[in-house]
Amino acid sequence: MDAFWIILTGCLVACSCGILGCFLLLRKMTMIGDAISHAVLPGIVLAYFATHTYASLPMLIGAALFGVLVTVFIETLHKSGKLQADAAIGISYTLMFAIGVILISVFAGQVDLDQDCVLYGEIIFIPFDTFSIGGWEIPRTVILLSGVCIGVVAFIWIGYKALLVTSFDPLLAQVLGISTAFWHYALMGAVSVTTVMSFEAVGAIIVVAFLVVPAATAYLLTNQLMTMLFFSVGLGCSASVLGYYFAAALDASIAGGMATCLGLQFVFVFVWVEIKKSRQKQEALSTVE
Amino acid sequence: MEQLIDFLLFRDPNVRWVVLGVSMMCASSAIVGTFTFLRKRALIGDAISHAILPGICLAFLLTQQKASWILLIGAFISGWLGLQSIDTITRRTKLKADAALGIVLSTFYGFGIVLLTMIQNTGNAAQSGLDKFLFGKAAALVQEDVITFSVFSILLILIVGLFFSAFRMIIFDRDHAQTLGLPIRKLELLLSTLTVFAVAIGIQAVGVVLMAALLITPAAAARYWTHNLYLMLILATAFAVFSGILGTFVSYTFPHMPTGPWIVAVLSVVALLSIAFGRQKGVWMAMRLQRRNRTKMLLENILKCMYHLGEKQGDFNQVYSFKALQAHRFIEDQQLKKGVRMLVHKGWIESLKEGIRFKEEGLREGKRIVRIHRLWELYLTQHMNLPPDHVHEDAEAIEHIITPELERELERQLQHPTIDPHNSVIPR
Repeated sequence: MDAFWIILTGCLVACSCGILGCFLLLRKMTMIGDAISHAVLPGIVLAYFATHTYASLPMLIGAALFGVLVTVFIETLHKSGKLQADAAIGISYTLMFAIGVILISVFAGQVDLDQDCVLYGEIIFIPFDTFSIGGWEIPRTVILLSGVCIGVVAFIWIGYKALLVTSFDPLLAQVLGISTAFWHYALMGAVSVTTVMSFEAVGAIIVVAFLVVPAATAYLLTNQLMTMLFFSVGLGCSASVLGYYFAAALDASIAGGMATCLGLQFVFVFVWVEIKKSRQKQEALSTVE
Repeated sequence: MEQLIDFLLFRDPNVRWVVLGVSMMCASSAIVGTFTFLRKRALIGDAISHAILPGICLAFLLTQQKASWILLIGAFISGWLGLQSIDTITRRTKLKADAALGIVLSTFYGFGIVLLTMIQNTGNAAQSGLDKFLFGKAAALVQEDVITFSVFSILLILIVGLFFSAFRMIIFDRDHAQTLGLPIRKLELLLSTLTVFAVAIGIQAVGVVLMAALLITPAAAARYWTHNLYLMLILATAFAVFSGILGTFVSYTFPHMPTGPWIVAVLSVVALLSIAFGRQKGVWMAMRLQRRNRTKMLLENILKCMYHLGEKQGDFNQVYSFKALQAHRFIEDQQLKKGVRMLVHKGWIESLKEGIRFKEEGLREGKRIVRIHRLWELYLTQHMNLPPDHVHEDAEAIEHIITPELERELERQLQHPTIDPHNSVIPR
């Protein structure tokens, strides 16, 4: 049963991250996603310290605010401070992450949160903290992540058109009266909430693998946004299953195993696309001859 | 305080090695980082540093040793592989650079975590301390490590020194480098390889996760103080070494504190202060310059307005009330009062009960502004073929900027004119 809950947790993270990741990728904001996932750390630590539990909603929102804050910070450094964009991202998130780690060290002993959790999550402990619904013992994290997943799907459902237009054609969006800024920050907020919620399962860094890799792999396979979203989620979920057994076989971190499988999927698809491309080239050459 | 003195005087012989080692690491990252920063490829360092983790673990798994040079070789190989993967992905697929960075960063790191936890779970006693690579533990450096790192750092600095002018050229003027026949691709590969090297060394100080800061932040901070590449390198190195030593001190005083985050925190404070107060394009300097320009424009507009009124009456010695000035050109009450106060203080005008009146200096200045304005209008109509009713706006802006040299040049090119396109006299 434990294996089931762990894999389910992985799949839920894969769903929400896979969907949001597609939009980050298309907006060329992958590294901002990376920055957000690192930058929510101080928020999470403070939340732990204040409530001693992970699941209090107000503190969760507070932690998610840190994610939006860092995007504002990056933009301020870039626009007002005239710092080049990549350096602005680099400086902002390393500072926030450093503060987070320092806070963990300061509160060490008072908070049930250690550096390992930051680095690769504690997905293995998730089945032990359960919540009983109608006689079923369901892990608390699974319930929370299901909520996030439903929220993300709803967000994309409602905002699909607007996100599509603002991602591909900001000028058209302006003409249609769709606020680019609003959807930008809404997406950033969604990414923040998702990374905060995924933190316990996979940690602050491996969540980037779920945000970026399945979306990128799907992008190599299709040009259709809808298809890309489904591929991305499917790839993420299958990597969660494979990653679990891979890690179990090696007696290693499960989150790390899932990330490794995501990487392998990408390599396979990349090689496959390359082979297909060279075959097409040969065919084209032979018809010319 | 006592601890600080102890630390600074190297009373603990270990401290000497630690400080030397950290300084070397920080210096080499800052130097290489300056080049990556200027090439606008700052985040490459972030991806490389995460990509190094599996190399360190594999090197340990294969040799069962923790000697720093073995781990360094492993780190270098996997960092280099990561770099090549990024390059391959961006060249061969439709994915953009940022996605390539994200893919390499997260999957290499994930694989590294698999290996690391695998090693930890085997219960091998020799592995303890391997996880220090994640956040850095400079305070635990021993003499042997420091010697290894110093050798590599010095090597790295020497190579940078040797190829300095070539690197400078491919950063600032790639086309020129190409025409000179420099092997650009090879040089760029060398620079990237050096970056991998610097990251592999620097990781000991700040760890995998925060290594990006050691590359980016010193260079970004230095950029706000100078335009000169030499000075920028020196400043970046100084910032990095200062932060490195301070961070190490904190970790030395409170042993449960990780070194990396403290170094990064100090470094970030230095960078934020530089962005705010830097001499070159710092926010505060820019604001001050803007304010000064705005004041200059206000004063010049008031003088110009007085001159126009005087010109109409044919008498520049009159007294003008604020109302009369505002009727000619609207300036807000508060602004006008402020401007007049400053002009009086300068001794350019005098303030009487009924209003204000030119003094000699002020009249000369007012005349100068009007002259430039009209010269520029004439220049635009004669040399740019603009119709006379289109030139006023432009002249309004330029009159505050033109220097005496430009003014003389304008007069020369227009052959010392007397009348502007609107038939007003150009005063002299």
